[in-house]
Amino acid sequence: MNEGNEEAQEVERQEMAVDIACVGFGPAMGGFLTTLTRALAGTEAAMESKAMPGMPLQVLCYERADDLAAGVSGVVTRGQAIRASFPELETAGIPMMTPVRQEKVLYLLDPGGASRRSAALRMGDILLRALCGPLRVEQDALELPYTPGFLRKHEGLVMSIGQFNQWVGGELMATGLAQVWPGTPVSTALFDGKAVVGVRLADQGVDRAGAPAAGYMAGMDVRAALTVVGDGPVGAVGQSIDCKLGMPAGHGRHEWAVGMKMVVELPEDTPLEAGTVWHTFGYPEPEIFGFLYVHPERLASVGIFVPSWMGNPERTSYRYLQHFLQHPYLWRYLNGGTMRSWGAKSLEESGANGEPFLAGDGYARIGEGSGSTNMLTGSGVDEAWATGVQLAEAVAELLRAGKAFTGENLEAAYVRRRRASFVERGAQAAKQARNGFHKGVVRGLIGMALAGMSGGRLSLGARIRPAHRQIEPLANFYRRLQPEQLEKAIREARCGGRALHDALMDACGWPEIRYDGKLLVSQQDALLLGGKVQAAAGFADHVIFRDPALCAECAERTCIAMCSGQAITQGEGAAPAFDREKCIHCGACLWNCAHSPDGENSNVEFRAGAGGLHSAEN
Amino acid sequence: MANSFHIVVCASIVPDPLQTLEPVDAPGGPTLKNEMVLPAVLDPWAACALYEAANLAAKHPGSKVWLVSLGPKAKLQQVMMTVAQKVPFELVAIDGPLGGFTDAHATAAALAEAIAAIPGLERSRLLLFGGWESAARGAGVTMQVVGERLGISDQFQGVDQITVRDDGGFEVLERVEGGQHQVSVCAGAPAVLGWATGNLPEPRNSPQIGMVNMRGILPALQRARSAKLGANGLSYVSVSLPRQQRETRVVRDMPEAEIASEIVTWIAE
Repeated sequence: MNEGNEEAQEVERQEMAVDIACVGFGPAMGGFLTTLTRALAGTEAAMESKAMPGMPLQVLCYERADDLAAGVSGVVTRGQAIRASFPELETAGIPMMTPVRQEKVLYLLDPGGASRRSAALRMGDILLRALCGPLRVEQDALELPYTPGFLRKHEGLVMSIGQFNQWVGGELMATGLAQVWPGTPVSTALFDGKAVVGVRLADQGVDRAGAPAAGYMAGMDVRAALTVVGDGPVGAVGQSIDCKLGMPAGHGRHEWAVGMKMVVELPEDTPLEAGTVWHTFGYPEPEIFGFLYVHPERLASVGIFVPSWMGNPERTSYRYLQHFLQHPYLWRYLNGGTMRSWGAKSLEESGANGEPFLAGDGYARIGEGSGSTNMLTGSGVDEAWATGVQLAEAVAELLRAGKAFTGENLEAAYVRRRRASFVERGAQAAKQARNGFHKGVVRGLIGMALAGMSGGRLSLGARIRPAHRQIEPLANFYRRLQPEQLEKAIREARCGGRALHDALMDACGWPEIRYDGKLLVSQQDALLLGGKVQAAAGFADHVIFRDPALCAECAERTCIAMCSGQAITQGEGAAPAFDREKCIHCGACLWNCAHSPDGENSNVEFRAGAGGLHSAEN
Repeated sequence: MANSFHIVVCASIVPDPLQTLEPVDAPGGPTLKNEMVLPAVLDPWAACALYEAANLAAKHPGSKVWLVSLGPKAKLQQVMMTVAQKVPFELVAIDGPLGGFTDAHATAAALAEAIAAIPGLERSRLLLFGGWESAARGAGVTMQVVGERLGISDQFQGVDQITVRDDGGFEVLERVEGGQHQVSVCAGAPAVLGWATGNLPEPRNSPQIGMVNMRGILPALQRARSAKLGANGLSYVSVSLPRQQRETRVVRDMPEAEIASEIVTWIAE
């Protein structure tokens, strides 16, 4: 029996047949469609549509965001796979793109004493401040004498993925050989037994709970010989396949981070050159890594990564980002700048440990959701692009050979290519590289250095718990506070409508953020000034709290603290309230929940939803 | 065919007005910084006209809707991927600038020329739809000039509703001062209707409509003629964006009534 969303089995749905149905337009799908359309341009007989005989191969891609450049991030990448696809990339005139010109790794010390540092780290900081010569601490930062090879992005590119995607989308749509449909969320894969036979588009004209309302239109079933899944780490189609087919033994998506960043217009007299790349660690909390990449025209991407292994149940990206911006080393360049855009996304940091089945009957997975991100090198875009290219080459090979898209054939053509590529070599080197962080920051850094310098042959061992179990109880994590201080913060948050993480950070000594209306603005202003949340009417809520009883007992409410758009709030019921019109689809709620109804997944379900944050410079 | 129409909707694309827009000087006149990479949308006023046109066409079998759209081809293609899922239409694309600094008369001339060249378009059934206003071209005269260039003298602006009568004539509600409507009766096509918001919601995305539209959109984009809309002898003294209306101030413990009172005072100013 064909299956999709079981709740909607009885609804009569329109059907459409295509040859290849793709989900999610990011770098991986860009690589796939660019490579495939080039192969199709040969108009070989093998490339004729079976779904629509006489027509060229029908390749459709569905993207939930309302545009191809929405809701993604500025990056630095070595760009070897992207450059292999576009040898003339640097002269293509893509805004915000520039070669890497100088690169630094900075250890940021704590200038104010509020950072949660271990005694060993504090002692280390004291010793560092006493140093002189080339290893001198300046502006509360230590510039490492060199950038480790595994982190280095020399000869790479600083770019905006938004702008790059827009350019790629335009190039490939101009071929007329692939269609990319924005504003079209896909709710699930369609199954026939264990084979994927297409996708089901999200229902429209429904109420918040998904029940038919005015203008109801049941999501269409799009049947395809091959479904290409590139909907990222929190995508609904990828999740539906994992749910149906499970994960390979020993694999799990247990490591995550929220990457939150701003694009800042630097002051007119900025000395920072385009192509400047800084990687930072140590501040605002030791667990938080940061970056600053300078684009052309005085624009810079500045941001932080807040990882799941930072057990803080009241972790928050936005306030930490504001303290990061104001670190003396950065602030001397950022003060006087203006926020041009802002955004956040979940990063799936398990890499090879979180790799799902890459291919099966009727489907293949590419990009971040397929575990391609390399967290040792801090690189994901180029790897994602490469997986798309590899799949497209495999698909073209199978089409020419007249072979079906079976799991066996895809394994031989696609997975084999991937295993032989730099993506796999990097994934294996990175596999154990970050284990140490689960036992402390210093051990994490040592483990990362060991793995990086030995190509993954050396590493520290660790048993990595599911993300929901990495969140520590409130009292345990904030034991640096007196019980009465903790109680006071909780009371203030409950009675005053104040965010608990703000109250706790104040209690820990973090200074108040003095808004300047330009760069330091409230979280809601960042949401309004830094982009535009698209939440087309007629779609159901895509964030669901599975078991409200678990929410009622939850003391941490990490989902609220880590919600990038403040779309999740206390609410009046047992479960928190969700406001779709503020949701930027970062997916952080999915893994920022300390409770699990089944031992593996959290109590938050992140379904297919339309829209998200739309910002061209993001 | 009784009471069927040829509806031509002039609906160009505009930079998303919520993005950071920055005018800069270029050899051909003022433009927007990074114009080609700013997200673009179908002009919201004209989008209402398109939805009303599709609704009217659906009620009157034998009718047909053309969408005449001016913008950079690459951006047109991108926006059409969203618009094409809304309602059935045939695209007539004109390759031109995006920013909205072009002279309304030159824009109207390019639109009128493209409309006059549509094969099979019957003037006796022609309803020319567009936005009463525009998110990019705020002069509010483009549709009037297009109508004049096509010799259409029956013109209605600020339209919220059209009701077709059995005799082929139609009744039009136009917005007037004080939140009221003026009711006019027109004997029949041809006529120009510059739409306000109308009464229809944005249609749902329909993949099937998208697939059907897309068969015509790519050829239309390939055929798109280039409109020469440069400065053409015009000199611009200055260009500016609408004055920033947003003011951010952080206050704590301010009573709701005081906040409301301050907002009322601000609006009154």
